[in-house]
Amino acid sequence: MELLKKYPKLFQWLFLLIVFFGLCFAIDVPETYKFIRGQAEFIKDPNQSTYILFGKEVRYYAFDNFWRLPPLLGWLPIWINDGLFFLLNEWMPMEFWDSATQEYKTRPLVLQISRNVTAFMTFLIELIREILLGGVETIVAFTSWNFVSAYPWAKLPGLPWTIVAAGAAILAYKLSGKGLAIFAGLVMIYISVFGQWKPSMQTLSFILVAAPLSFIFGLSLGVMAYKSKRVEKALYPILLVMQTMPQYAVLVPAMVLFGIGDHAAVIITMVVAIPPMILLTLLGLRGVSPEVIEAGKMSGCSNWQLLTEVLIPTARRDILIGVNQVIMVCFSMAVISAFIGAKGLGWNLLLALNQLNIGLALEAGLCISLIAILLDKMSLAWANKQTDYFGNLTFFQRYKNTIFFGGAVLIGAILALAGSFFFKEGFNYLYEVPHNKGISTADFWNKGVDWIFDTFFVYIKAFNTWLITEVLQPMRALYLRMPAVATLVLVVGAGYIIGGIRSAFTVGGLTLFIALSPWWDRALVTTYMATFGVIISCTIGFIVGTLCQQNKYTTNFMLGVCDIFQTFPSFVYLIPVMMLFGVTDTSVLIAVIVYATIPATRYTIEGLKSVPAALHDAATMSGVTKLQRLFKIEFPLAFPHMMLGLNQTIVFALFMVIIGAFIGTEDLGQYILKALSDKAGGGKGLVLGICVAFIGLIFDNLIRTWVEKRKKHLGID
Amino acid sequence: MTDAVIKCESVYKIFGVNAKKMLEEANGNVDAKTFQENGCIVGVNNASFEVSKGEMLVVMGLSGSGKSTLLRCISRLTDATGGKIYIEGQDLLSLKDKELIELRRNKMGMVFQSFALLPHKTVLENIAFPLQIKGIETEKSINKAMDMVKLVGLDGRENYFPRELSGGQQQRVGIARSLAVEPDIWFLDEPFSALDPLIRKEMQDEFLRLQEKLKKTIMFITHDFDEALKLADRIAIMKDGIIEQLDTPAKIVLNPATEYVKKFTEEVPREKVLIIEDVMDAPTSDNLSDLKVSKDEIIENVAEKILSQEKSVGVIDSNNKIVGTVHPSKIIHTVFGGRKENS
Repeated sequence: MELLKKYPKLFQWLFLLIVFFGLCFAIDVPETYKFIRGQAEFIKDPNQSTYILFGKEVRYYAFDNFWRLPPLLGWLPIWINDGLFFLLNEWMPMEFWDSATQEYKTRPLVLQISRNVTAFMTFLIELIREILLGGVETIVAFTSWNFVSAYPWAKLPGLPWTIVAAGAAILAYKLSGKGLAIFAGLVMIYISVFGQWKPSMQTLSFILVAAPLSFIFGLSLGVMAYKSKRVEKALYPILLVMQTMPQYAVLVPAMVLFGIGDHAAVIITMVVAIPPMILLTLLGLRGVSPEVIEAGKMSGCSNWQLLTEVLIPTARRDILIGVNQVIMVCFSMAVISAFIGAKGLGWNLLLALNQLNIGLALEAGLCISLIAILLDKMSLAWANKQTDYFGNLTFFQRYKNTIFFGGAVLIGAILALAGSFFFKEGFNYLYEVPHNKGISTADFWNKGVDWIFDTFFVYIKAFNTWLITEVLQPMRALYLRMPAVATLVLVVGAGYIIGGIRSAFTVGGLTLFIALSPWWDRALVTTYMATFGVIISCTIGFIVGTLCQQNKYTTNFMLGVCDIFQTFPSFVYLIPVMMLFGVTDTSVLIAVIVYATIPATRYTIEGLKSVPAALHDAATMSGVTKLQRLFKIEFPLAFPHMMLGLNQTIVFALFMVIIGAFIGTEDLGQYILKALSDKAGGGKGLVLGICVAFIGLIFDNLIRTWVEKRKKHLGID
Repeated sequence: MTDAVIKCESVYKIFGVNAKKMLEEANGNVDAKTFQENGCIVGVNNASFEVSKGEMLVVMGLSGSGKSTLLRCISRLTDATGGKIYIEGQDLLSLKDKELIELRRNKMGMVFQSFALLPHKTVLENIAFPLQIKGIETEKSINKAMDMVKLVGLDGRENYFPRELSGGQQQRVGIARSLAVEPDIWFLDEPFSALDPLIRKEMQDEFLRLQEKLKKTIMFITHDFDEALKLADRIAIMKDGIIEQLDTPAKIVLNPATEYVKKFTEEVPREKVLIIEDVMDAPTSDNLSDLKVSKDEIIENVAEKILSQEKSVGVIDSNNKIVGTVHPSKIIHTVFGGRKENS
C-alpha cells in the first residue's frame, strides 16, 4: 500500500500493461487472417464482405470485431473523391469570358478558379525560367503564338550561366560578404560544369515562385491569427494536421484540382510550406514583449507601422526559422513533386534512382542540397543586414554592386557571343553547358558502388538478412499480432494516465479513425517502421548529443552539422543508403534513422544547454562528480525539452517511412504512392495522409501533455 | 487651473468583461471587493489630479497599486473605463486613432522599465525610430538622433545593438528615444527600477540634470519612495488603485494623510528632504541670533550652524527679508522628534 501511494502512476501503467497483454492473449488470431500484400484488395474475392453506406459500396475482409474493426470509414475516400469531382465539374456553373476563343463559356466556378490560379502560377514560373534559360512563353502570354512566329526575334534570350553565377556571387557579397560570395560562385560553377544547369534553373525558378509566395501567405495568415482569436481557432486544427501530414499525401488531391506540372507543384508546396510559417509567425509575434509594443505605439506608429517596423522585426528570430522551414519544404517538394511532372533536378533524381544510377542521383542530389544551403544562408543574411548611415561613400562605393553586375552582364554576354564563334560545332559552353555534356563523376560513383557491392556484398547481405529475419520480421509480426481492441485500450489508457480524460478522448478518437479506415494493418506497419527508427535514432541522438554537450566546441560543431543535414531535402537521404543496401527495407530504415537522428541530437544538446548555469554551480559545490551531475541534475531538468525532440524525431521518422515507399515498403506510404497513379486516388491519398498525420498526432498529444505537466512540476517556464 | 498640461477627472480603469456596465451601476462608488466578486479587477479608482507645465509628478506605489495602469490610461495605451482625461485641454478619450497618433508623434515620449528597445536596430536607429515613423527623412532623423546620443552620453556606441549594452546604457537609449521628437509631455514608467543601485543613483542625477535643461511636463512612476522624494515636485501615493495622497514631498513627510502613507515616511531622513521653510515659525519680535539662513536651504546643510546658536535664527527669502524664525530646538525636534507631531 505504501508503495502504491508513493508511485501511483507506476501502478497505473502496470495495470494498463496487464490489461493490454491480457487482451492480446485472450483474443486469438482468426484463422482466415492474413496480411494482404500488393493490390489484393482490389480483386473481387467471394470471401469479402460488403456494405453500402451513403450509396457507396465498400468491400473488406471481415474478422471478429475484437481482432480488427470493420472499415466503417471505407466510404470516406470514395465520397471525398466524388465530392472533388462534383466541385470541379458540376458545382456552380457560370459564364466566363474565354480569351482564346473570344466568347463566353459556361464552366463550373471551381474549375475556372483552378484554371486561373494555374495560369497565374504557370506565368510566374515561366517568366523566371525564361529569364534564366530563355524561351518564348512569357511573350506569348502577352501577345499570341502568331505574334511570336511572325517575329522570330521576340523571345527572351536567357542569361548565360556566367552572368547568373556572377549575379549570385555579387548578391551574396552584398548580403553577407566575401565568404558567402565565394560559396555562391562555387555552387553556380559546380552546377554548370557538371552539366546540371538546365534542371537546376528549372528547379530554381520553381522555388523562386513557391518560396516567396509561401512566405507572404504564411506571414499574413500568421499575422491575422495573431490579431484575431477567431482566425486562430479556425486555423489551428488544420495546422496541426498539416504539420504531421506527409507531403506525399497532399500530392494526390491537388493533382485532381490542379492537374500535373510545375504549377501544381507550386500550389502543393505552398500548401505544405504555409502551415509551419503560420505557426512560427504566431509564436514569434506572441513572444514580443508588451512593453516593446507600447514603445512602438508611443513612438506614434500607425497599425501598419507597428506591424512592419516593430512586431515583425522583433519577432524575426522565429519568423526566420519559418523562412528556413519554407525553403527546406520547397526543396524537398521540388523532388517529391517530380511525381506529378514538375521539371528540374527532382525529375532527374527520380529518374536516376529508378534506373539505380546512383552516381547521377548523387550529382543531382548534391545540386539540390547546395542550392538549398545557398538560399538558406542568403535569406538569413538578408534578414540580418545592417545599414551604415555614416559611411561617406563615393559614387563608386555606393553603386559598386550594381556596377559590378553590369560589368558581369557585359562580359558574360561578350563571352557567350565569343563562345558562339569559338564552339561553332556543337555546344556553346560559355552560354550553357547542356545536360549530360558537362563533367560527370557518375561513372566513378557507380563503379564505387559496384566495388563496395563486390567487396562487401557478403557482409552487407549477412547484416541485411540478420536484421530482417531476426529483428524486423519478429517486430513486425508483434505489431500485427495486436488486436485492434487491445491497441485502443493501450492508447486510451496511456492518454488517461498522462493527461486525464481529455487526452484519453483525443488520442482515442484519433486511433479509432485509423482503426475504422480500411488501412489499419498498413498503419501498424508504418508504426512499426517508425518505432524501430525512432528507438535507434533516439539512442544515437541521445548519446551523441550528451557527449558533444560536454564541450563548447563540439556542441557548436554538432549544431552546425545538424543545421546542414536539416537543409538536405529528405529524398536525398535515400541515395547513399540505396547505394549501400540496395532496394530493401533495411535501406528505408537506415534512411529513417539518419534523418530522424538530426532532431534527436539537436534537442538533446539544446535541452542540456537550457539547464541554468546556477544549478551547475550549485551541484558542483555540493561535490558531485561529473556523472552524478549529469544523471541527478542535468537529465531530469533537460528531459522535458528532450521529449520535444522525441516528438520531432517521430514526425521526421514518419515522413521518411512514407517516402521510403519509393524504395518499396508495405505500409501506408506505398498506398499513397499507388493513389498517385489511380484516377480515383484523390480521396484515398487524402485519407491515407490523414491516417499518417493522426499517428503522428497521437504521439504528439501524449508527449506534449506529458512535457507540459512535467514542466509545471519542475517549475520551468 | 487652465495651464494644466495633464488633467484627470475621476478616472477609472476596471478590467473585466462587464467593467463598463458595473462602473455605471456603481454610480461613482467603486468598491474593489464587490467588483472582484463579479470578476472585475479595479486598476485605477477615481483618480483626479492635474499636472501643470514643467512640473514633475511622481506616482509612487507598490506593485499592483495601479500606478502603471494610471500612466497607461493617460498615454491611452489602454482606454480608461470612466472619467475624463485632458491633454493640453484636448479630451484624450474622444480622440480618433489618427489624432492620437499625431499627439503621440509630437507631444508624448515614454520610457519603459524593461527599456523596450527594438532588438534589430542599433542604438542610433532606435533613437531615430520615432522620427522615421513620423516620416522625417533619413539624414535629418539620423542627425537629430546623433544629437540625442550625445545628450545622454552614449557617443561612440551609436552603432551598437541593444544586446551589447549594459542596463544603464540601454535605458539611456530608451530616454534618448523618448526625447527624440522633443515631446512636451514625458512619461517614465519605473525607468530605473531594473538597474542596480549605483547605476540608479547615477541615472537619477543624470535625469535631474536633463530635466533642469529641458523642463518637460513629467509623469514619473516608481515604487521607490526615496526616488520619489529625490525627484518629485509633487508625489501621488497610490494603493489599490486609489490615490491616497497627492502633495509636495515635504508636506507628505510632515503630514502623511493616511496610515499607509505614514509607513513610508517613518524611515525617511527628514533633514534631507525638508527645507527650512517647511519647519520655520512665523517671524517674531524676539531678538534673533546673528545667523541668517535662506528659506530654501535643506535642513541637513544648515543644521550644524543653527544648532550652534542659542537663540532663534532668522529665515530670509531671496530678497534678504526676514520671513520667519527657526529655534534650534525645532531642528532637533524635526530630526529626532516624535513622528506624530506636526510642525
